[in-house]
Amino acid sequence: MDILTQQLFNGLTIGSVYSLVALGLTLVYGILHIPNFAHGALYMLGAYVTLTSMLLWNMNYWLAIALSVIVVGLLGVLMERLVFNPLKNAPPIHDKIAAIGILLFLEALAQLMWGADYRSMSTPYGEVVNIFGMTVTMQRMLINIGAIVVMVLLYLFLKKTFVGSTIIAMAQNRKGAHLVGINTNKVAMLTFLISGALAAIAASLSSPINLVFPGMGHLVILKAFVIIILGGMGSIPGAIVGGYILGFSESLGATYISNDYKDIIAFVLLIVILSIKPQGLFSREGF
Amino acid sequence: MIRLHRKHYIIFGLVIAAGIFPFLNQNEYWLHILTLSFIWIIAVYGLNLLAGYTGYLSLAHAGFFAIGAYSLGLLTVKTGVNYWAALALSCLITSVIGFLIGLIALRTKEHFFAIYTLCVGYVIYLVIDKWDSLTGGVRGLIGIPAPSNIGPLSFQSSLSQYYLVLFFLLATIFIMYRIVHSLTGRTFIAIRNSEELAKTIGISTMKNKLVVFVLSTFFAGLAGALYASFIRFIGPDIGYTTVIFDLLTYLLVGGIGTMAGPIVGTILIVSVSQSLQFLQDYRMLIFGPLLTLIIIFYPRGIVGLFNEMYMKRRSRKKPRLKKTQTPYTDSEGLQEDRVKEG
Repeated sequence: MDILTQQLFNGLTIGSVYSLVALGLTLVYGILHIPNFAHGALYMLGAYVTLTSMLLWNMNYWLAIALSVIVVGLLGVLMERLVFNPLKNAPPIHDKIAAIGILLFLEALAQLMWGADYRSMSTPYGEVVNIFGMTVTMQRMLINIGAIVVMVLLYLFLKKTFVGSTIIAMAQNRKGAHLVGINTNKVAMLTFLISGALAAIAASLSSPINLVFPGMGHLVILKAFVIIILGGMGSIPGAIVGGYILGFSESLGATYISNDYKDIIAFVLLIVILSIKPQGLFSREGF
Repeated sequence: MIRLHRKHYIIFGLVIAAGIFPFLNQNEYWLHILTLSFIWIIAVYGLNLLAGYTGYLSLAHAGFFAIGAYSLGLLTVKTGVNYWAALALSCLITSVIGFLIGLIALRTKEHFFAIYTLCVGYVIYLVIDKWDSLTGGVRGLIGIPAPSNIGPLSFQSSLSQYYLVLFFLLATIFIMYRIVHSLTGRTFIAIRNSEELAKTIGISTMKNKLVVFVLSTFFAGLAGALYASFIRFIGPDIGYTTVIFDLLTYLLVGGIGTMAGPIVGTILIVSVSQSLQFLQDYRMLIFGPLLTLIIIFYPRGIVGLFNEMYMKRRSRKKPRLKKTQTPYTDSEGLQEDRVKEG
């Protein structure tokens, strides 16, 4: 029983990170129908920017996260401007390949700037606390709470603000949004900004419990793809729910089935889902 | 017709150049590099048939390459099967696995297909990496024998291996040429241009896609098997996603959906990376943006660019041709460049 609750908590933590990454991915897909393979690289850069600003400039953890959010968000905008915007009318296979090109470049860049070693990030929230009979570190608590806060803020932004509703409008119908006077270019840039920011938050929160290295985005991005297929490409609730489902099944699978094969769970899950329903679990119905 | 003749001259010239290359250049190292590029070209042709001509971007190609390599390795090292039987069997095994995966994978489309195959590729990699008792895990598989003798022919020297791989490469190109310029090839292109339209004119898209998928995995398997017997050592990282990105770069730079693209792209990139060896881990700093730039500005790569220039020059020379060149003309030399790219 003890192990079970502990593992459920772990699942919640992993799931929070996955949800945040998948959210960024699903937003971009919803607006522009691009499966952004470079999202994993944004995640990785988010971790590195936070780490560097903490180490080099002795920045406070929160300030470092803020800086990382800005840097990676702007990088996302740059990506949209330089690469995806020119490819707006190209066949879908081109977007994918362009995204892969960016991914390769950013990874090589990270390796050049920071080296290939695995690094650990220190956190001011390392102490261990006891809650409901579980021993957890503050950092894990922080991940859970942080993820929920970010999700609520994103929800409020999309539903309650005018700018947020332009994003939704564009996701529902790009041409229609254009017709009623929404500047689709601006919205696309904004979406990439949010998407990059979400990746940076997820990476900065989760890095203290994982390690930071140039290839850290690989598995996460693949799993995020699994999640958004699970939850319906472009659906926001789907990404959140899917993230938690995957987090729980992984942490439970690692304990009760096999730790070696825990990374396969996501992919087997996906293969099973797509085998039964080639369009994903929930076909997309707006936000 | 003039062009056809010229094309044939070029092809003959290249074959002869490849044939006498070892005599002109005695350097073992370059022979090794060239043999390796030939192996990659075979794999890239498989990818080209699927992604270039049919419009389905499979990111599991490296996985099938690894399956081919590991089949050959395991068959020769662990069960001691004759090399040639093992080579045939590895292609067969890869194709059968490809068939089974294709049955499911091809029900998905576009992005779903790319993500699905990416995940399939990753599962193949993880299985190879973790299945210690069969594949040797991260330690890899060593002591894979070189091709065994056929009668008086021995394949121990690197020169004979070069010719062996060249033979398979030429066979691959020949088969590809025949496929692309047959009705089946046109069918594939029809699927790429519009699957719905293809369906309405009575093409069984699923059957054709499956044929293409199995063919592409067959060539991936063949390349993998040749790779295993050439390098004599294989590790799980030959199935890792970076390999598929390399293959994709070769294809894109050369020209996706063109016959000559895989050769041009692979030889160019492999030789450039050899001269930029100091970059090794950082080569993607150049190739990553290159991939992106090419897809934005020259979506049909170097070969596509040359074809375009050639067409322009030709249409200036014979302006009246313009009228007869409809986008779907089926005159042989034109159809490759003129159809809408997928």
